[in-house]
Amino acid sequence: MPHAEDRYYVPHSSHWPIVGSIGLLFLMVGVSNWLNGAGSGFWIMLVGVAVIVFMLIGWFGTVINESTGGLYNDQVDYSFRMGMFWFIFSEVMFFAAFFGALYYARTMAVPWLGGDSNNFFTNNILWEGYEATWPTNGPAGVGGDFAVMGPFGLPLINTVILLTSSATVTIAHHALIAGQRGILKTFLALTFILGFVFIFLQAEEYIHAYEAMNLKLTSGIYGSTFFMLTGFHGMHVTIGAIMLTIMWLRVMKGHFTATNHFAFEAVAWYWHFVDVVWVGLYVFVYWM
Amino acid sequence: MTTAVAEAQDAHDEHHGPEKGFRRWLFTTNHKDIGTLYLIFSLIMFFIGGTMALVIRSELMQPGLQFVHPEFFNSMTTMHALIMVFGAVMPAFVGLANWMIPMMIGAPDMALPRMNNWSFWILPVAFGILLSTLFMEGGAPAGGWTMYPPLILQTGDAFPFLIFSVHLMGISSIMGAINIIVTILNMRAPDMWLLKMPIFVWTWLITAYLLIAVMPVLAGAVTMLLTDQFFGTSFFLAAGGGDPVMFQHIFWFFGHPEVYIMILPAFGVVSEIIPTFSRKPLFGHDSMVYAASCIAFLSFIVWAHHMFTVGMPLSGQLFFMFATMLIAVPTGVKVFNWVATMWRGSMTFETPMLFALAFVFLFTIGGFSGLMLAIAPADIQYHDTYFVVAHFHYVLVPGSIFAIMAAAYYWLPKWTGHMYNESLGKLHFWLSTIFVNVTFFPMHFLGLAGMPRRIPDYSTQFADFNLIASIGALGFGISQLVFVYVLLTAKKGATATDRVWEAPKGLEWTVPSPAPYHTFDTPPKARIAEEAFE
Amino acid sequence: MIRKSLFSLLGTLWAGAASADWALNMPRGVTELSAETYELHMMVFWWCVGIGVVVFGAMIISLFMHRKSKGVEPATFSHSTTAEVIWTALPVVILLAMALPAAETMIKLEDSRDPDISVVITAYQWKWHYKYQDEDIAFYSSLDRGSVEARPKNSGIDPFDVENFLLEVDRPLVVPKGAKVRLLITSSDVVHSWWVPDLAIKKDAVPGIINETWFRAEQTGTFRGQCTELCGKDHGYMPIVVEVVEPDAYLAWVETHQQDGERVAASQ
Ligand code: HEA
Ligand code: HEA
Ligand code: CUA
Ligand SMILES: [Cu+2]
Repeated sequence: MPHAEDRYYVPHSSHWPIVGSIGLLFLMVGVSNWLNGAGSGFWIMLVGVAVIVFMLIGWFGTVINESTGGLYNDQVDYSFRMGMFWFIFSEVMFFAAFFGALYYARTMAVPWLGGDSNNFFTNNILWEGYEATWPTNGPAGVGGDFAVMGPFGLPLINTVILLTSSATVTIAHHALIAGQRGILKTFLALTFILGFVFIFLQAEEYIHAYEAMNLKLTSGIYGSTFFMLTGFHGMHVTIGAIMLTIMWLRVMKGHFTATNHFAFEAVAWYWHFVDVVWVGLYVFVYWM
Repeated sequence: MTTAVAEAQDAHDEHHGPEKGFRRWLFTTNHKDIGTLYLIFSLIMFFIGGTMALVIRSELMQPGLQFVHPEFFNSMTTMHALIMVFGAVMPAFVGLANWMIPMMIGAPDMALPRMNNWSFWILPVAFGILLSTLFMEGGAPAGGWTMYPPLILQTGDAFPFLIFSVHLMGISSIMGAINIIVTILNMRAPDMWLLKMPIFVWTWLITAYLLIAVMPVLAGAVTMLLTDQFFGTSFFLAAGGGDPVMFQHIFWFFGHPEVYIMILPAFGVVSEIIPTFSRKPLFGHDSMVYAASCIAFLSFIVWAHHMFTVGMPLSGQLFFMFATMLIAVPTGVKVFNWVATMWRGSMTFETPMLFALAFVFLFTIGGFSGLMLAIAPADIQYHDTYFVVAHFHYVLVPGSIFAIMAAAYYWLPKWTGHMYNESLGKLHFWLSTIFVNVTFFPMHFLGLAGMPRRIPDYSTQFADFNLIASIGALGFGISQLVFVYVLLTAKKGATATDRVWEAPKGLEWTVPSPAPYHTFDTPPKARIAEEAFE
Repeated sequence: MIRKSLFSLLGTLWAGAASADWALNMPRGVTELSAETYELHMMVFWWCVGIGVVVFGAMIISLFMHRKSKGVEPATFSHSTTAEVIWTALPVVILLAMALPAAETMIKLEDSRDPDISVVITAYQWKWHYKYQDEDIAFYSSLDRGSVEARPKNSGIDPFDVENFLLEVDRPLVVPKGAKVRLLITSSDVVHSWWVPDLAIKKDAVPGIINETWFRAEQTGTFRGQCTELCGKDHGYMPIVVEVVEPDAYLAWVETHQQDGERVAASQ
């Protein structure tokens, strides 16, 4: 096929995007109705999820076929890489919103409620006696007394797990480039297993927080930032671990070569990104 | 090789044209088709949003309530803004990007064609959901397009639908932006190095960067609204240690760059058109690029100028005032460069040029009122009055919208292969320009005299100017029907030449009119230096 | 003076036979800072007019002189570093000339220390509550009956027949002339904003937070304003009226209303 080299592959037409849109429609309408208290919403949502999963499988399937069929030249590959990079950047900005909220609450909102800066009267008239500390569930003690999630124990273990998994995925990557399929398989498997262990421990931590510490999503601003940040991170780990698993299955099927393995690399980048977010979380949520 | 791939390969080889019937539009991966879809969608949204504006203006025509109830009025204001911003202006620019960028840089298509289709087809879902809230219990969202809590939490059933439709708009914009960045960075013809890129491409590159940087932040902000409402978080609840004002900070961290997202591509369009009809190269191409980058950078550090009255500490007020004022400098460079491009040119005044010229005049007026708003102590008087409404409609309607109109007239012959009706185009221009001023200029006076924004009814001293503004709005609306007529009859005009205009620069004028379904199968290597840039 | 006549000329052209009491410009107001704000506003306005004359002037000259129909051959220049440096640097200088006085005024506006009177303002959907910190006076202030009756759709009452339509309240805030009045503003529900143009004060009422601002009125009179942050369906119907009276009259007013705080408290 001489074309693949000098011509940018432009797919003909595709029905997957519109299927995805229909999935999103069901998903969003379903969740909204559900939140509004209509039980049927839940089922509509499930339909949406099913359609989206169907779409993802179909869409990625097509791409994989095209890729293994040699339709993509280096330029196409480069487009995918850049696309992934900018997608991750958008995710960084999404997390930035929540980190920003944490920063704002800790260094501004809470001290102001305690009377800092130009808010002497805020404290004096509305929240008398409230002293700004962190962690806090606010001057009204929303959600009741709670215990603070310390940086040691499970969170520390989880940190080690994620950092290790970042190393293992890198080893797997190098193995892939060096053509050492055995090492690749082992270390890739190790990576997603570590990912799932992380999720399991995170779930343990949540259960512990809810049952033993009275630390909940509703525990004022501390609970809100804690659970939203770790929760969104956990969701990303879940997605990442699933994608790693898929990569592993593809490796088992013999996909990827030393030069052509964009999907693998994209997932690896994603995994590193999830890892970096965790380090941020560990420092700013658990530690400081 | 699997059969599926083989088929795809065959189809690719035989130089296929578009598919037939509805499949063409639903399944297309062609940048021109998708561009067309975006543009048509945008026009529809412009009419829906405009109809809502007309509801607003009818109610405000006289003091006293005549047509609607206050809550519905607030819904109209909110929906009008959301639809115009996310449904009309942004998709229009994405549509232009889709159509023009691959042609301007010599690419065969957008870099990620299937995703391109998806970015578009999410939009009808998002706006379908948003518009459906009009029929829900508790009415459509009525808390303003800024969605400040706690008020927005008083929305009825519409609330989650609002949040998710904003999420969808965000997803669509982000995917669109990724596609544009990748196309520009990866698909340029080999000898088109960055600073040789046409200025429209440049402004879009910067805009796309802004989009990817701030749309996720908006998504985060509305997600916090959602969890505050349904899952008991306290982000915006002081009793729990949060702060309602925090939402405003996050929103405007998105919101201010957002307004430049709506103007930078407009700058690009105007910078393409003015040189063509002045028959003179764009003055200071490179400094235009630097200025746009400067604007983009500054846009991240000025957001709290929307919040001079929320009770920020003094240091914050001063910082945001100074930073905001600075934006006048790079924007000034742009305006001066446009004037310098015209200077000693050989101008003609076809419709696109007329719109571009009106853009320069009227956007500058909007910029001046922006500068006045930036003066913190004065903004305390202007804030949330019709002075602000006047400001942003000047930069958005004769700003963004006029630039979109200009672009449409400029490239229409390239799209359709026919010249549009020039006299009707001119008629459309003059009506629009007169009425846009009749509509929005009196709003400056209203604001200064003390009329707050977002009110369904007002004291009698504001009656006269409101009447004038309402008449203007009606006139402006009707003038747009001329535009629709021009579009509908666009294919009846004389056949357009490849260059269309006398002296346009750029690769898009080297291909036939109408542009073939697939433009550049092989990159136009040598052509750039010779033809496009002389 | 030129400005005033220019404006009113414009106004007459525009509004023709309009009723007499419309205004075109920001009021000068009745406090030192409102006057300063007005001056700032006019200063920036005139700078913009000046820059506008230059920019639009150059453009218009170009539009008329440099047309193809006049047979002009286009020049070919495409940049000039000198020109660009000038039109980058000059605006910076102009902006500084605007920013410095603005900063000065801003600093004064934020200085609410040592007040003579302090009033806590609490916003409700859709009325205001005033509580004098050092007196036993507290009351609600809502839209006046006249407007309440005229405001519904098909009320049959012409707004032009209602005096101060939508700008009248049942009980105004009363303060003495010359006193430094500190306002401590908060809200009980959603964000509102307290604005009286003649006092040049606008401050948001945020639930859970108290914002401070202040004014010192130098003239007696009745000054009207409105809520300026969207706060729900009756956002347009929560006006503000401040009555500035001579100090003696203020004392007398306080005397007769001392017990109001208790009465309001009891009626809740
Ligand atoms: C396309 C959209 C767009 C654009 C380009 C701008 C441009 C600017 N805007 Fe505007 N703005 C909006 C859309 C936009 N705005 C919207 C939608 C809102 C309201 C949102 C809401 O509340 O709902 C708003 C509100 C808004 C506010 C808040 C008002 C308030 O609520 O109290 C402020 C305050 O600083 C502001 C300032 C500015 C400034 C300084 C610029 C500058 O970029 C303008 C710069 C341009 C010039 C100055 C003219 C050209 C320059 C020269 C000729 C050079 C020489 C000039 C000098 C040295 C003066 N804008
Ligand atoms: C790009 C953005 C954009 C655009 C293009 C416009 C366009 C217009 N806007 Fe918009 N506006 C905003 C963005 C925009 N606006 C925003 C962000 C707000 C703030 C919202 C808030 O406070 O939260 C706002 C608020 C706003 C207000 C203040 C409302 C309030 O405070 O309560 C008003 C009032 O006059 C107004 C009027 C208009 C008018 C008359 C137009 C006209 O230019 C529209 C002209 C177009 C038409 C009229 C379409 C043609 C239609 C027909 C001919 C109808 C007949 C046909 C059919 C039905 C098939 N707008
Ligand atoms: Cu209270 Cu608006
Ligand atoms: Cu802004």
